[in-house]
Amino acid sequence: MEKCPKHVVHYMHALLDGEITKEEEKILTEHISTCEECRTMMEELEQTVNLFGNVETVQAPTGFVSGVTARLPQQNVKTGPKRWLRQHPIMAAAALFLILMSASFFSSFENEQQFSFTKQPNVVVEGETVVVPAGEIVKGDLVVKNGDLRIEGEVDGDVTVIRGSKYMASTAVITGSSEEINEVFDWLWYKIKSVAKDVIPSSKGDKEQTE
Amino acid sequence: MDELITKRVKEVLDGNQEAFEEIVIHFQHRLYQVCYRMLNNAAEAEDIAQEAFVRAYVNLETYDQKRKFSTWLYRIATNLCIDRIRKKKPDYHLDAEVPGTQGLDMYSQIAADQRLPEEEVEKMQMQERIQYEVNRLPDKYRTIIILRYMEDLQLQEIADILEMPLGTVKTRVHRGREALRQQMGSM
Repeated sequence: MEKCPKHVVHYMHALLDGEITKEEEKILTEHISTCEECRTMMEELEQTVNLFGNVETVQAPTGFVSGVTARLPQQNVKTGPKRWLRQHPIMAAAALFLILMSASFFSSFENEQQFSFTKQPNVVVEGETVVVPAGEIVKGDLVVKNGDLRIEGEVDGDVTVIRGSKYMASTAVITGSSEEINEVFDWLWYKIKSVAKDVIPSSKGDKEQTE
Repeated sequence: MDELITKRVKEVLDGNQEAFEEIVIHFQHRLYQVCYRMLNNAAEAEDIAQEAFVRAYVNLETYDQKRKFSTWLYRIATNLCIDRIRKKKPDYHLDAEVPGTQGLDMYSQIAADQRLPEEEVEKMQMQERIQYEVNRLPDKYRTIIILRYMEDLQLQEIADILEMPLGTVKTRVHRGREALRQQMGSM
């Protein structure tokens, strides 16, 4: 075989891999037709490949599938919420933020049970009722928490009553908007609005007094 | 078929364990065959092939869905087989003395490695003989020859499974083929 050029063997394998060019195949065929040794080698290689390529296929034993099923972990811990969290980190962070924020909103709704109101010079307090006396004009916004508001005079601004009732006498005048907040979602909405107002610098700060 | 498998993979990822059974049914014979050819032992092949499916299930989230599922599955199985073969092989030191002999070291034993007497080999059935010859191949050629000829995979897919350059796979197919030819010389 020493006389045979090395690339001939290379071409044999290229032929078996189906990656031979026409030119190479021509060289190989020519060589094989003259070289007994290489012809034998080529034949043996082809025989080997046929033999191993046509070996009987082996089948998995019966019960193989149920064997796998039995070995699977009962619950795949890596599917479900954990996987979702891993795939959507921003959504997960946003969800966590919302949960924590809403918890603080709800707890502040539950905890702020004290009667309080916006300090204005000309209002009168009767028990847990804030009265705007007849003939008086309150300049600015008025907020009453956990108490009632009776308006006989005039409010030159917005009126908000949280967890309480608002009574208006026939003489009452409110120049701004007026709302009563009793439910959790109203409260939430109110909180969001007031946070927004705090953030926007043009809004006026309200002073509160707690009794 | 590939699309169906991709769909089943997604179902499993969504928490449907039953969808995985269909994947196992679809690939069981192919995976078992690779393991059987590599390990040359039915019980071990069943154990390792089943283990490969379990690992695939547990690590399914790491499977890149843009690639072929079978390639990934074959990779798990061949890696497990190679590990098992390595564990089975005792760690001989060639310079160590063979127990019970004087001055005979392991070098003197290499020639006898795994080889059966000629008459025994000639008595074998052809199927048995093929399995025997494949098992005599050096590890690095054996896996590639099994994937190429017994599983009938393309060279590129073998390169993907074994995470090797295509050129390396080609060279090993050539050498493996040549080694088999020489082994079968007495045919």
